[in-house]
Amino acid sequence: MKRNWLVWMPLLALAFVAGLAIFRLANPNTDYVSSEMVGKPLPEFTLPAATDGVEGLTTANFRDGKPRMLNIFASWCLPCQAEAPYLDQLKAAGVEFHAIAIRDKPEDVAKFLAQNGNPFVRIGADQDMLVQLQLGSSGVPETYIIDGKGRIAYQHIGDIREEHVGPLLKIYRSLK
Amino acid sequence: MKWFAVLLLSFALPTLVAAQETVPPLANQQLADPGQEARATKLMSVIRCIQCQGQSIHDSDAPIAAAMRHEVRARVQSGENDAQINAWLKSRYGEWISFEPPSHGAGLVLWLLPVLLLGAALLVASSRFRKGKS
Repeated sequence: MKRNWLVWMPLLALAFVAGLAIFRLANPNTDYVSSEMVGKPLPEFTLPAATDGVEGLTTANFRDGKPRMLNIFASWCLPCQAEAPYLDQLKAAGVEFHAIAIRDKPEDVAKFLAQNGNPFVRIGADQDMLVQLQLGSSGVPETYIIDGKGRIAYQHIGDIREEHVGPLLKIYRSLK
Repeated sequence: MKWFAVLLLSFALPTLVAAQETVPPLANQQLADPGQEARATKLMSVIRCIQCQGQSIHDSDAPIAAAMRHEVRARVQSGENDAQINAWLKSRYGEWISFEPPSHGAGLVLWLLPVLLLGAALLVASSRFRKGKS
């Protein structure tokens, strides 16, 4: 009779495992890998123009004392189209954007900009994704907020939606 | 039959061209020095692909994994040691990037746990055996 409590152990173990499963179902794991570069200076890079009629992008373009947002996008990426109206909203609110087009062709970038508008001042082409690696970026779209000295202040992973516009603006303006 | 093979190949050509278009040079090309290539392969098999998260960059077909393989091979070629390459990757993506848990902090528990469990099991077993003898 002394060890009667042992009978309940399998049930307790099962309850523990079931509890873990319910917890994860209620709080789905985000598969986002955030960049360790946040808080650090932008890595050195020089990218050619992503298409005709725009200028390429280099680290020095972020060091003129003015904060900016750096949008990582691609013409082949659907969420990048979805976030276009909110980039326009941010631009209208005074945000200056530079962009990097990932693994893209000049004619596709041109088509993308014609369809979704072009809120960007400069667009660099990262054909082989090596600058993306340097940024600690893991996909498209992503948006970095860069302060006037070229330091990465914030990373937004995924497309920018309506609810993100306000908070992103707040961070951007705190840098001015 | 030869013309048929040529016809089939001509179908494959555009995909081959498309696949190689944007991949950096060292992504799918072995290093000339076998020793360096062996080191790179060993590293690449314990570095996690950031897009297809269960796979190593050695196994993955994802474009970002190709870029990561290029980066690893280029760094091996330029004479960096394993610790430097791991440190570079971790300075971008954190501890997450490695399949090998760190041997400090919370990771240390993971490494020591098997030893602790084995010790506990031996203790329990030896006390049981002693009881059996008496």
